[in-house]
Amino acid sequence: MNDTLLRVEDLHVRFDRGGQRVHAVNGLSYQLRAGRTLAIIGESGSGKTVSSRALMGLLPPTATVTGSARLDDVELLGLSEEDMRAHRGTDIAMVFQDPTRSLNPTMRVGAQIKEALRAHRRVDAAAAMERSIELLSMVRIPDPQRRYHEYPHQLSGGMRQRVMIAIALASDPKVLIADEATTALDVTTQAQIMDLLAELRSRLRTAIILISHDLGLAASYADDVIVMYAGRAVEYAPARILFAQMRMPYTRALLEAIPRLDRPSHALLPVAPGQPPDLMDLPPGCPFQPRCARAKVECGESRPPFVEHEVGHWWACWNPCKDGEPL
Amino acid sequence: MTRLLEVRNVVHEFAVRGAGGVKGGIVHAVSDVSFDLDTGETLGLVGETGSGKSTLARCVVQAPRPKAGSVRFQGTELVGLRGGRLERARQEMQMVFQDPYGSLNPRWRVEDIVEEPLIGYGAGDSSSRRKRVRDLLDMVGLKPDVYGRRRPRELSGGQCQRVAIARAIALQPALVVCDEPVSSLDVLIQAQVLNLLEQLRTELGLSYLFISHDLALVKQVSDRVAVMHLGQLCEVAPAETLYRSPRHPYTVDLLASIPSLDPTKPKAFRRAVAAGEPPSPLAPPSGCRFRTRCPRAQDLCAAERPLLRDIGPGHQVACHFPEPVDGDDGATSTPSSDVSQFARH
Repeated sequence: MNDTLLRVEDLHVRFDRGGQRVHAVNGLSYQLRAGRTLAIIGESGSGKTVSSRALMGLLPPTATVTGSARLDDVELLGLSEEDMRAHRGTDIAMVFQDPTRSLNPTMRVGAQIKEALRAHRRVDAAAAMERSIELLSMVRIPDPQRRYHEYPHQLSGGMRQRVMIAIALASDPKVLIADEATTALDVTTQAQIMDLLAELRSRLRTAIILISHDLGLAASYADDVIVMYAGRAVEYAPARILFAQMRMPYTRALLEAIPRLDRPSHALLPVAPGQPPDLMDLPPGCPFQPRCARAKVECGESRPPFVEHEVGHWWACWNPCKDGEPL
Repeated sequence: MTRLLEVRNVVHEFAVRGAGGVKGGIVHAVSDVSFDLDTGETLGLVGETGSGKSTLARCVVQAPRPKAGSVRFQGTELVGLRGGRLERARQEMQMVFQDPYGSLNPRWRVEDIVEEPLIGYGAGDSSSRRKRVRDLLDMVGLKPDVYGRRRPRELSGGQCQRVAIARAIALQPALVVCDEPVSSLDVLIQAQVLNLLEQLRTELGLSYLFISHDLALVKQVSDRVAVMHLGQLCEVAPAETLYRSPRHPYTVDLLASIPSLDPTKPKAFRRAVAAGEPPSPLAPPSGCRFRTRCPRAQDLCAAERPLLRDIGPGHQVACHFPEPVDGDDGATSTPSSDVSQFARH
């Protein structure tokens, strides 16, 4: 497709630590179009955060990144720090989980937005201030003129996260990565921030990568969903298809384990036993096989390929769930 | 059922000093809260950050002692008790905390952590205690031979939480106060721990005071649910009733904020969800503390604090103008339609 903005192909990330090798991401591929939201869903250690930090060049030197990530026509992987800096923030920006630690506590909010504005462009002080206030009102901070002169501690968690989004949007990025951006927030605040992101996406045509552990967020806000397990994509489909025809038993297990309002109180949750595998010692077959209710003999022997089995719907499973069939 | 816990008009406040630009003053963390808990019952306490739910839980176990009010546990008034008498009264009341690593001593072995309350309360001799520890670890699904000698850093978050649960049930408590016990865990591990808590509840006849910010999770574990906002209870009801016909506007907003699991449903009818920011507990609004974010607020709400009143069987609400019951008012959406979103798939 012509309007593909970001094309990630066969991304691998490996950490070498004192002779031990951890394969954090193993062959992740996806495409992102302008104005779309892609959710990358997974548990801790699934590789969802590492894969997006790799795009931003934000991994420590112990990480080895291979594969390809093209943003428009620029290959992001392997860029020098200097070249990366030209793209980070301008083309691709990130909002992190903890707004308190991401903001400088000793700088006024306005100064931090101005810093982001002037890092990439020549803007005079007056114009930068004007644009900063405009950004604050764009992320729906009430009374932006006053907030502009305040320090982060004077703002609530939700407002700090709005400031982080304002900073990320300062140079009109094409891709915005929201890494668990609402996890630390209350439900009502989370809803506000997610609504804001959805609105900005349709207004500015920014593509959003939503990294989360929460399938509910993916269902409500994403166009496409990738589910990751043990460093690999295990299911990938448009959200409407994924939630209507879930194939991968792991995705089903995640969904079933979420407490829901329609279940009676005290009902036991259907849950996969065990824990995610050790990334240094992956089993030979499907990494989910030891916990999988649908596992067959071959699941422990060879790894199922990640293939497009139905139009637009990819999964990696030897014994996928069928429509209407219980887990 | 018999009354296990009776909490009456509990108040707790913290004085904060004006350092680093933070305004000094009194944080009204818990303001006049009353509720009951019966034997074998689970009461869910749900609220956002800063609503005072954790402070309330700690006031129940007298750590810290509340500034005012009464906490009766198994017929004994705890407020005012000190030393050995408080310890004895509190023996059947245990707590599980949110941070699994922070609440276990990192230098101790798992078996020592679980044994500590047994030693503290002088339960049995060394060999019977050791046996009890093995039984307890079995009960929470940790093989004693594998995990007994490990230290917390050699465990995952979910395993640490199992150790904390084993420690909490060691003295056969009647009440376990769970303060966000699964919110730092991944969803599959969270479900495992929730199931464990549920199994232990039926096996041991436990009562839980279960605190969480997650409404769906609270629904899963509770018989009754109390919604807390800025230091006060705004609605208390049987779990099913609260989710089917919430009457407090705040409860309605909370329910509407839960992301739906069905992407084909439109993104709710979210009426400018709890518009704006929650007010500061340093200077709560006069009258109803939710009125500044409430779409139904009127003059009366600023003038007079609404008290919890009965509006149905076991259903209490603290609101002058509660939401109409389902279907009464087409203009106001109620989360019953939200529930049906979850009913599919």
